[in-house]
Amino acid sequence: MAIKPTPTVAVATIVLAGFALLPVYAVLAGDSFVLSLGTRILVMALAAASLNLILGYGGMVSFGHAAYLGVGGYVVGIMAYHGVTSAWVQWPVAILLSAAVALFIGALSLRTRGLYFIMITLAFAQMIYYVGVGLYDYGGDDGLTLNARSDFGGFPSLDDRPQFYYLCFILLVAALYLMKRLVGSRFGQVIRGAKSNDPRMHAIGFPTMRYRLTAFVIAGAVCGLAGVLLANQADFVSPATMHWTRSGDLIVMVVLGGMGSLMGPVYGALTVLALEESLSSLTHYWKIIFGPFLVLVVLFGKGGIAGLIARWERRK
Amino acid sequence: MTGTILSTNGLIKRFGGLLATDNVSLEIATGELHAIIGPNGAGKTTLIRQLSGEMRPTAGSVMLDGQDITAAPMHRRSHMGLARSYQITSIFPDMTARENVALAVQAHDGHSFRFWAPAADDARLAGPALAALDQVGLGARADIPASALSHGEHRQLEIAMALATRPRLLLLDEPMAGMGPDESARMVALLKTLKRSLTIVLIEHDMDAVFQLADRLTVLVYGRAIATGTPEAIRVNREVRQAYLGDGHGG
Repeated sequence: MAIKPTPTVAVATIVLAGFALLPVYAVLAGDSFVLSLGTRILVMALAAASLNLILGYGGMVSFGHAAYLGVGGYVVGIMAYHGVTSAWVQWPVAILLSAAVALFIGALSLRTRGLYFIMITLAFAQMIYYVGVGLYDYGGDDGLTLNARSDFGGFPSLDDRPQFYYLCFILLVAALYLMKRLVGSRFGQVIRGAKSNDPRMHAIGFPTMRYRLTAFVIAGAVCGLAGVLLANQADFVSPATMHWTRSGDLIVMVVLGGMGSLMGPVYGALTVLALEESLSSLTHYWKIIFGPFLVLVVLFGKGGIAGLIARWERRK
Repeated sequence: MTGTILSTNGLIKRFGGLLATDNVSLEIATGELHAIIGPNGAGKTTLIRQLSGEMRPTAGSVMLDGQDITAAPMHRRSHMGLARSYQITSIFPDMTARENVALAVQAHDGHSFRFWAPAADDARLAGPALAALDQVGLGARADIPASALSHGEHRQLEIAMALATRPRLLLLDEPMAGMGPDESARMVALLKTLKRSLTIVLIEHDMDAVFQLADRLTVLVYGRAIATGTPEAIRVNREVRQAYLGDGHGG
């Protein structure tokens, strides 16, 4: 498949190349803060990309996606607390547990539609949030500081900032490639069809529930991985990680970046976190600027940032 | 042309106080084109919905090939050879015509837990999809987004999607609704071809088309099947003339 150098491809290439080169700049400029901000952007982009699979392509507006960030993070935190720091143990457990939680939540909530689905996913996420608050042995409300970061037995070392950064970068690119294959596959066609017209899908012979549930579980597992990375990045995990406002942040990233576009979540995470960083240094009330900006993009930029790029492409 | 492919026995559908289907017992013979006619609000679409599985009857049963499918979900009925088209166009507007039909092909080509290979380059989907589009006369419009097709083309696309599931029994809910005379004529020609190889249950308001196409008709009035018979028999049936066609209708 030849890739045409359209603006969509060009912008994606520039942004990903920028991410790839950021550590070089960080080292040359001696700016270590930018690297930890960059890591956070990559991790949130991964979480947003997982939400985009079900929200953007599958039309499932999950308002509880941050729950998996918490599940992944707490697995790392609790295992480290008990002295199990090997990433080869922690990470599979975190991903599988996130998948299991998603299977449970999805199996019940996917029976509902629209507003009810939003509410029930929110309710489940809040339940998990309060489980986190109730973990008194592990810090309860105050959260849990990681004794040590996940250990791959040498390389890559998460204690080394550039190595950790590149690990997140590679995982994000791998996840985006996975999403690209997934969305274009037969499975992806079923997910898209169920978003577009579910009754018709049943009429032509698809039992769509099992496919939508599978997508929901994949999204939960990938977001659980993002939670693992986030906890390692912050050396900390707390119930606040899975507060409903964090689920809202993820939706904002997906909608702002462009629902149902591959790179949308990356643009969304980049924009939200970069704006948050730069505006909050200007004023404590940065959300007064960010709010109207979000409203404008959603009102006038149908399809978010990725949609704007696509429209610019068509005008040329 | 022998045997019964689909039958209903004492089918009843109640919406609160309204009896939308009133004890309907139908027998659709294998190979026939069976039209269901009746004035607006007679419960034709409600009946089709119970046949296709979108709606459960309040009482009574639906049999397909002698198997009780009253409780079978839509997707199972589809795999048993039953397909339907909708009165109000029901397609995937954000996909191309070809993708719409390819989805219908895919539904009947094994499971879809295939996560890797691109569906767009899949000849097993594209081939039959194009064949179905050609069959309804939409072959040249395969790569147009479905939302950009005309009303008449939407009707054709509906049929192509139904055909792509390789059904034995086709339920068509007003396939000519809103069509101009030329488009209607083309649809009649298409249905004439299809009826050679398929059993068809047709709901239609265009009486000229119905009397041209149908082998048998059932007349539905207020949810009740008041008569079933050949076009000739229905035309002269006194009860039907009174209830539906009106005395002024030329025989």
